[in-house]
Amino acid sequence: MSDQNSESENNHLSRRAVLAGGTALTASLFLPKNLRAADFPTAEVNTTGLAVTDDTVTIGILHSVTGTMAISETGSVQAEKLAIEQINAQGGILGRKIEYIQEDGASDWPTFAEKARKLLVNDKVASVMGCWTSASRKAVLPVFEQHNGFLYYPTFYEGLEESPNVIYTGQEATQQIIAGLDWVNQTKGAKSFYLLGSDYIWPRTSNKIARKHIENFMEGCEVVGEEYYPLGHTQFNSVINKIRLRKPDVIYAIVVGGSNVAFYKQLIAAGIDPAAEKPIVLTISVTEDEIRGIGGENIAGSYACMKYFQSLENENNLAFVKAFKEMWGDDIVIGDVTQAAYLGPWLWKAAVEKAGSFDVDKVREASPGIELTTAPEGYVKVHENHHLWSKTRVGRALADGQYEVVFETAELVEPDPFPEGYQ
Amino acid sequence: MFADYSMSELGAIFAMQGFAGLILFSVFVLMALGLAIIFGQMGVINMAHGEFMILGAYVTYLTSNLFGDYMPALFGTYFFVAMFLAFLASGALGLFVEWALIRHLYKRPLDTLLATWGLSLILQQIYRSVFGAREVGVTIPDWMMGSLPLTDLIEVPINGIFVMVLAVSISIAVYVMMFRSTWGKQVRAINQNRVMAGAVGINTEWTDRLTFGIGCGVAGVAGSAFTMIGSTGPTAGQLYIVDTFLVVVFGGAGSLLGTIASAFSISQAQSIMEFFLSGSMAKVLTLLVVVGILMIRPQGLFSLKLRK
Amino acid sequence: MQSSAFMSRKEIIGFVILAALIFVIFPAVLDNFRLNLFGKYLTYAFVAVGLALCWGAGGILSLGQGVFFGLGGYCMAMFLKLEASTPENTAIQSTPGIPDFMDWNQLTELPWWWEPFYSLPIALIAVVAVPVMFAFIIGVAMFTRRVGGVYFAIITQAFAAIMTILIIGQQGYTGGVNGITDLRTLLGWDIRTDEAKTVLYFVNGVLLFAVLLVAQYVRKSKLGRLLIAMRDQEDRVRFSGYNVANFKIFIFCLGAAFAGIGGAMFTLQVGFMSPTLVGIVPSIEMVIFCAVGGRLSILGAVYGALLVNWAKTSLSESFPELWLLGLGGLFIAVVMVFPNGLAGVWSEKIEPRLLEIMGKKKSVAPAPDGAPAE
Repeated sequence: MSDQNSESENNHLSRRAVLAGGTALTASLFLPKNLRAADFPTAEVNTTGLAVTDDTVTIGILHSVTGTMAISETGSVQAEKLAIEQINAQGGILGRKIEYIQEDGASDWPTFAEKARKLLVNDKVASVMGCWTSASRKAVLPVFEQHNGFLYYPTFYEGLEESPNVIYTGQEATQQIIAGLDWVNQTKGAKSFYLLGSDYIWPRTSNKIARKHIENFMEGCEVVGEEYYPLGHTQFNSVINKIRLRKPDVIYAIVVGGSNVAFYKQLIAAGIDPAAEKPIVLTISVTEDEIRGIGGENIAGSYACMKYFQSLENENNLAFVKAFKEMWGDDIVIGDVTQAAYLGPWLWKAAVEKAGSFDVDKVREASPGIELTTAPEGYVKVHENHHLWSKTRVGRALADGQYEVVFETAELVEPDPFPEGYQ
Repeated sequence: MFADYSMSELGAIFAMQGFAGLILFSVFVLMALGLAIIFGQMGVINMAHGEFMILGAYVTYLTSNLFGDYMPALFGTYFFVAMFLAFLASGALGLFVEWALIRHLYKRPLDTLLATWGLSLILQQIYRSVFGAREVGVTIPDWMMGSLPLTDLIEVPINGIFVMVLAVSISIAVYVMMFRSTWGKQVRAINQNRVMAGAVGINTEWTDRLTFGIGCGVAGVAGSAFTMIGSTGPTAGQLYIVDTFLVVVFGGAGSLLGTIASAFSISQAQSIMEFFLSGSMAKVLTLLVVVGILMIRPQGLFSLKLRK
Repeated sequence: MQSSAFMSRKEIIGFVILAALIFVIFPAVLDNFRLNLFGKYLTYAFVAVGLALCWGAGGILSLGQGVFFGLGGYCMAMFLKLEASTPENTAIQSTPGIPDFMDWNQLTELPWWWEPFYSLPIALIAVVAVPVMFAFIIGVAMFTRRVGGVYFAIITQAFAAIMTILIIGQQGYTGGVNGITDLRTLLGWDIRTDEAKTVLYFVNGVLLFAVLLVAQYVRKSKLGRLLIAMRDQEDRVRFSGYNVANFKIFIFCLGAAFAGIGGAMFTLQVGFMSPTLVGIVPSIEMVIFCAVGGRLSILGAVYGALLVNWAKTSLSESFPELWLLGLGGLFIAVVMVFPNGLAGVWSEKIEPRLLEIMGKKKSVAPAPDGAPAE
């Protein structure tokens, strides 16, 4: 890191400190500065044999850096490393620098379970930032519950889970879906929806919630088609023709990975230009990261429903984007999940400091109610059910690959991983 | 399902669906031709076929950046240059691979399968190190995107037409090379009787190398064309490999006509089923039908009668 | 060396050394975590031993062994999942008592074909029977029509692709891409504890030896010699009056049964089963385990599975980016440089040297089955 970098880091941090000070007054959250390790003897803050020494604490980073998921997970790794570096520059946690052990899940779920076990049993890490797909989380979950580890999971996902050993820093399905559907109905007058997705649990569960909401809670609205394609599918001309036949007001697309690129390119080639909004394209699976592969000009004009966009214009986000680009290069883009991954280390820091201990049980107990006023997305708060209160936002894709925010919920949306009436 | 629509609408939809089937057909032909040359004529299983295609796609990406930076005025035409370069790059890599690996393994076809699988892993990692783990976005010239309205209701994607024209031209080119050129005669002679071909003075070693190179080069062109309809990333090549092999095997190894016929039947079956069923089930059914037919008729649709 | 004996002296020594490694040395030097990992590697050895018979001896290269491994594993996982999904454990679901993923997919009752898996004996039989049934169908269809070699490889690969898409697509019945997860107990015995994992490791080892002995018996029997004859000159065997197809079907089914047992042990030791173990990539990797060990040697197959997986784990722990390069290089090297794998290196390079050192002048015959032919 160059001197210039550390200088900007300091500016950034002093602003952070000011904000944190403000919070301490308003929200009764105690965020002490300049903690010294000597004030927190290792024997007291670590009673369960975690990898904590007098001046370091070790955590794990567990993502895929090889295999098909490496495309998506790279951003999360980068965000987590940035957060760790910033926390260390600020003095660490309870006076201890964070060190990390990075393991590769290799896009393979048994490998995730194996590496999680290694991190918890052999390395005794105090917490783990990791996983991306639901499948990898499901694979490591029993390991975390058995060995009482603590996982910060960054991805928006289908819900239906509430583990005491996981903090979900992304949105569960209702937080991402409902507000967006209401918005497109109220402001665009959309009445008919065509649901499309890659064939696995997240799109299917999300579409199930979307369907229930459309049919039961939105007056006069209907679902005119629902369709799934295998992961990695690259030919969408048939479904595009079916969409033409049904003439929906909205194409609700939850296509992921390489299929995404094929879908949007073929959509525009078939004469359905998202910018014409006939029909409107609404997605919950395309972040700025994915647009790089799709090409901004191919997706411009479609809408995405997320909690974070890189273009958010608040102080926290400007500083975050600047720091991120300084660390990882100017041409990088930041998507929803990347930001959620960035929250992980900060939420953990806040919880550890509130608990005054690294012990997983104490951190877990301290976690609900933790607030982060410095979050790039604005303000988040940990719910009793280990998910985050966050806002839902709708962005309109621009040709340069960014989103322009066109709507955000006035209030934080409560996380509801087991939504009544949507099962 | 169709009760609410007028005849003209239905006609238009079916016309477009037929066209979608033709595009899928062209995609299959492009994918399979290179492999048909290599597998059909040489009996070599090239599991790295998808990676040769992705090399073509990355070359296209680099060319588009080059034109965008230095010759923006000619950007509309860069695609043709890119396809040519993709052919050269993949072909050159093919020549090298044949020299380094394949020529030692002609007597052990199953071993070429393992060696080329290893090669595909290495290529994937190289792509990842060089171009990054993320997909790259290839900017397509404006004139190639969008659609051509034939009537009020029927719209035809321009890149679909492009892929079709390309598939037809490459098929013709391969046909001419195979059946009209000296090289083609030599390839077929070697395929029928290697020892005898060598005895009459054909340089079997060089012919093999050239055949492998040309097959890989065709894969590169296909990869270049696929940047219009699919994604370009380190692991994108693996998406194509099963479909490609099935098309070639179903057609009957050794028969180019068979490859085209099988591409046609598989693509039509899949596109019709996709229209009436959900996408995943259509895919499974197509694969099952193909495998089922292969069990009854293992030599494929068309097969050459050879004395081995 | 008399081929009529069940094992030559050298082979007995080989078995004893492997037994010492698996039952004494690994448990002594490895901690619980690593021992469990080695247990997982050894489940792949079941598949590799089956491949050594099918491919090495019989010349049948199947790129679909992952399907059989997966079927065995899923049969086990279905039993464990039903045991874990008691009405008390699943009280928060809309339909308590069925596996959680079914509830998420709006299933309100257990599908009929899940019912038999409430019974452990049936599940254990299914672990072997289901893969064998699939292998039998494929085998009959292919071998009686004399499909072999490359065609067989590609068609089995297509099966792996179909199976993956089916499992992922039918997630209400199979758990989809997540697989069947969160397995807890086997007849009330918690399989997640360290002690349980150690016990399972030894059970796994014993089963592996049983499989090895069966494989050894087959190789030494008339069938084994016929297989090698078929691999090298199929028509001559046929003209000698043997029904070649039946032998091939038998050996293919045997390989599938081995793979199924391996899959079941995988499920027990790892605690879940997922479609990623069924697909094309794991199926090809299983072939490489066998190739690295030496495709002709059943003991070599075990070492191959151990070595490749151990290298994978340790390389990807220290150099994740290099792992694919290493694996790819290994594929190429084992084909180009060591076509007989570890077993070949042992019998050609190390063993003569050892004998020399030990002062025995007896010259060593080359690997008894000869080089792989194709």
